[in-house]
Amino acid sequence: MPTVSPQRLAEVFVEVADTLVDEFDVIEFLQLVSVRTVELFDAGAVGLLLADEHGELQFMAASDEAAKLLEIFEVQHREGPCLDAFLSGEVVSGPEIETEADRWPLFAPRAIAAGFCSVYAVPMRLRGEVIGAVNVFGRRAGEWDVEDLRIVQALVDVATIGLLQERVIRRGEVLTEQLQGALNSRVVIEQAKGALAQLRQISVDEAFELMRSFARRNGRALSAVAQTVVSDDRSGIADLTGE
Amino acid sequence: MASGPLDRADRLRQLCRASTRTLPALGSAVTLMTAQGVQPGAVSSDALTQALEEQQFSFGEGPCVDAFAQCRPVLVPDLGSDRPERWLAYAPAALEKGVRAVFAFPLQIGAARLGVLDVYRDSPGVLSAAALRQALSFAEIALWILLDGQSDASIGRPVEGLESAVESRSELFQAQGMVMIQLGVSLAEAMARLRAHAFIEDRRLGEVARDVVARRLILEPDRSSGGSG
Repeated sequence: MPTVSPQRLAEVFVEVADTLVDEFDVIEFLQLVSVRTVELFDAGAVGLLLADEHGELQFMAASDEAAKLLEIFEVQHREGPCLDAFLSGEVVSGPEIETEADRWPLFAPRAIAAGFCSVYAVPMRLRGEVIGAVNVFGRRAGEWDVEDLRIVQALVDVATIGLLQERVIRRGEVLTEQLQGALNSRVVIEQAKGALAQLRQISVDEAFELMRSFARRNGRALSAVAQTVVSDDRSGIADLTGE
Repeated sequence: MASGPLDRADRLRQLCRASTRTLPALGSAVTLMTAQGVQPGAVSSDALTQALEEQQFSFGEGPCVDAFAQCRPVLVPDLGSDRPERWLAYAPAALEKGVRAVFAFPLQIGAARLGVLDVYRDSPGVLSAAALRQALSFAEIALWILLDGQSDASIGRPVEGLESAVESRSELFQAQGMVMIQLGVSLAEAMARLRAHAFIEDRRLGEVARDVVARRLILEPDRSSGGSG
């Protein structure tokens, strides 16, 4: 039996689909999917990584952007469940991270230190190609229900389709164009976090939260706000930058 | 001077020729751009490619213009059968010069955008997965050559990419944003400053970035930019 209420699940899919039709911001969308996955499964955290042109995983979005968590995602360049799921194209399970020090010597200690006990990684697939993977971290150790994992896979599939924006991928080139664009918009967010942290003398985590709430309050896309933060003309966002 | 460090244009031209041979292609070109438009200093592997580049900018449209504006590659494997309304002036002119496919890759790190690498082919067809990876790698190298040119301190340096910061990429970009504000320079120059500091102090770029984000390190303003005094 899945642990998720069917009604709540339906609501989440509707909300995610709604985002796809509105003015679309890829980072916000992926973050929404991450946050909703955490809520549905009472998970500790969810993070999403995409492969760049070198086949290296890059951090794209997470339910929670704390610097600590980012580090866990970044170490997965080298090893970890996301990398394994990406390379194998299969779901990778680590119901007890404590026992995984041999398999993931870099990843396991960091995940434990951040308070996580279990981890699942689900590949993001498109037309036979694996383009990234999603990590689901649990605060408790233990196996997941098979049905629950299916629901996670369905959410991941929605994220993959959403990421590629176009309703029908007409040609393989579009995939490359979209992926490269998405990876670059993530970089803009990081640059803006740094710039805003410096402008306001706060931490980068605080800067991200400020940008996100400013975007929400003003009905603007997160990526557009980030772009303005690192532009020459910040006069339109003086409320945010404190300039 | 043959053994001395190559200047930026020479290095870019070498890169364009290498890209043309490797992919292979009819020609390759790097065009420098800012939000205000095309900058002088475009380089091409050959004269025909140079003419093709200039055409894009005289028409003000084409894959290169779109790639820069949209911050993502524009891949056109069959220019002859692409949507004709996409580039009304550019497409017929390029076809007439023998171009059948064109692939444009923006040279950018996040919001720091410096130009575009254009690759032209004289037969239609997609870039193979391997050729696409190579083209993206050439674009990355071109980007680092351009970034080197942003700061006097780093000219003539071997091109080092993001490899030394793989486990702290986010911090590297955050540090870039911080340095931009601290020193009042462009994002591109901020990255050049970070790299110059790492080089001079013989430290890894990722470590330098981490110290900047943790506010253990504040980069000095560039003394050489203050003029002759």
